[in-house]
Amino acid sequence: MKRKVYVIVLAVLLTILSACGNSAIQSTTKNEGGTAKNDGTIKIGALLPKSGVYASLGKNLEMGMKLYFESIGWKVAGKDIELIVEDTEADPQVGLRKARKLIDQDQVDLLTGTVSTAVAYAIRDEVDKKKMPFLVSHAGGNDLTRSKRSDYIWRSSFSSWQIGYSLGQWAYDHIGKTVYIAAADYAFGREVAAAFKEAYTAAGGKVVGEVYPPLGNNDYSSYLTTIKNANADAVYAFFAGSDAVKFVQQYEQFGLKKEKKLIGSGWLVSEDVRKQQGNAGVGTIASIFWDYHLDTKENKAFIAAFEKKYNARPTIEALEGYDAAKIIAEALETVGGDASDPDKVVEAISNVQFVSPRGPIQFDKETHHIIQNMYIIETNLVNGQAENKVIEVIEKVKDPGQ
Amino acid sequence: MDIIAAQLVNGVSYGMLLFVITCGLSLVFGILGVLNLAHGSLYMIGAYVAYTLTTQLFENFWLALLIAPLIVAVLSLIIELILLRPTYHLGHLSQVLLTFGLAYVIHDVTSIIWGSDVLSIPLPSFLSETLHFFHQEFPAYRLFVIVAGVVLASCLWFVQEKTRWGAMIRAGLSDKEMISALGVNIKLVFTVVFLVGGYLAGIGGVIASPILGLYPSMEFQTLILALVVLVVGGLGSIAGTFVASLVVGIVETFGRFLVPELSLFLVFALMAVILISKPNGLLGKQVIKH
Repeated sequence: MKRKVYVIVLAVLLTILSACGNSAIQSTTKNEGGTAKNDGTIKIGALLPKSGVYASLGKNLEMGMKLYFESIGWKVAGKDIELIVEDTEADPQVGLRKARKLIDQDQVDLLTGTVSTAVAYAIRDEVDKKKMPFLVSHAGGNDLTRSKRSDYIWRSSFSSWQIGYSLGQWAYDHIGKTVYIAAADYAFGREVAAAFKEAYTAAGGKVVGEVYPPLGNNDYSSYLTTIKNANADAVYAFFAGSDAVKFVQQYEQFGLKKEKKLIGSGWLVSEDVRKQQGNAGVGTIASIFWDYHLDTKENKAFIAAFEKKYNARPTIEALEGYDAAKIIAEALETVGGDASDPDKVVEAISNVQFVSPRGPIQFDKETHHIIQNMYIIETNLVNGQAENKVIEVIEKVKDPGQ
Repeated sequence: MDIIAAQLVNGVSYGMLLFVITCGLSLVFGILGVLNLAHGSLYMIGAYVAYTLTTQLFENFWLALLIAPLIVAVLSLIIELILLRPTYHLGHLSQVLLTFGLAYVIHDVTSIIWGSDVLSIPLPSFLSETLHFFHQEFPAYRLFVIVAGVVLASCLWFVQEKTRWGAMIRAGLSDKEMISALGVNIKLVFTVVFLVGGYLAGIGGVIASPILGLYPSMEFQTLILALVVLVVGGLGSIAGTFVASLVVGIVETFGRFLVPELSLFLVFALMAVILISKPNGLLGKQVIKH
């Protein structure tokens, strides 16, 4: 009997360890060998999760990048572009190993990617030491462009501050004077919540309670009962992926929707979860830097191209991949396809600006962080389907960088 | 007081959800002595098959609840006959490794078939209503889960304690050689039990997915929960699993209510305390001596 208990405990540990690391399956490398540097091609290494909880985000980033590179015929300044995608498994250890592999073995000219902020932090020193230009295409942790800022790291996606802060004043003016905050308990969730709180309290609002359920939480019933009995005008929530589906659905099921307006970050009702939420998300107000229904000619062209190629709606990660690819291509064009000097490459990246499907974008040379519009969106019912609508634009939001 | 009562209902409903998820694992482990680490994967297949049925073929949750577990049961029959049967004489560790490896294979296969997007199963309309009591609102589906848990537990108890099949199973459990000598095909009994375990995993998948959702790696999250309940309840005892599900469900719910920061840790702390004070679990009994 003792032995059996021992086996079970061992198994439990094994399972937990493997689940914590999201290390579903060891991936094999796509490009073996090829260590010799070929001057005819430009190599771009993309660190994206292809397994684990963030797999679908990684997939969409890759689809977006490929869409853009395809539109320029996989060529920039007369050279071929080669994209090498490595699976980080959203695990910092694995991410660092794969980054080293891309830099040392594949000798890539540029790095991009990482969905997980933890992975971005893990490879930060390696990138800095080896002077490898690294364009962050998703990971939004504040410190990446603050205390962990590096000359070689630039971010084209967003920061948690931009997401949270942008809704604070608006929520005070239009929603109510008291909120309850519920956010997933990990660095990004806490940063978004803190940024919202900063703006909301500065505007004069009051946060009556906060709760941080673990990431990947199963059941929100207990939290929702507590929130329901609290005296707040609205609930500010940060959840993404399967958490967002569960939270928004259960928010309605437990009868909170009728009493307290649900507001939060755009991931609460983003393209990848809204359909699965049914009508539960209708009425939600959120802040985000791109939306499918953004009415600009750049966005319409992007959506048409994406839907033609993949026969599916683009997600915000697909947009991020598309923009990152464009920024890289434009920077390489500026240096005439010569990526040998990393300082020139990052200089070229810093000067890139164009009108993206998400609106006009440019880099802040102080913080290395993108300056972009933020949109307040509302989820409505359109022909029986939940769709988002942009109700206000907050222009040129700039991360304070401290 | 209303809020305490409301949280208690939440806890019981979460506990019953855990029971529905865990009972198949507990049954197979209690009778076959096989710790099926692919249980979460069978659960996941049940959920995904139910998703395909309800979205592609017909919009009927009940029909999916009927069919999806049967498909999972057939799959577990194949697993038992081809993979597990040759390993029974090799001891626990080889089965643990085998089923764990199988879990990874199934993980890959499901993400190839169903992709990596988050999915959810639409509910029959009357179950998506809300009910009022204790001055609070409850989703009708949560109450359905409580009923389903109690019904499943009663059925399992009845079969195990009151029927000829249950008697054979219990006999085979304590002395394999003797029951074979009495003319019972113990191999067949094992196969049937594993098949029923798979069926229960499928039921768990269909019932839990409207609450827990469908997404890659859901099976490993489920497996952790199921193993915690299994260890707390006592190995091989359906009654133990039932009690443990309730205890874990209520402890976790009140943990989230009172000390949200510790909620994740509390359940594992509970498991540790029980393992130290009662190594066989709450209602564990001495089973299968080799």
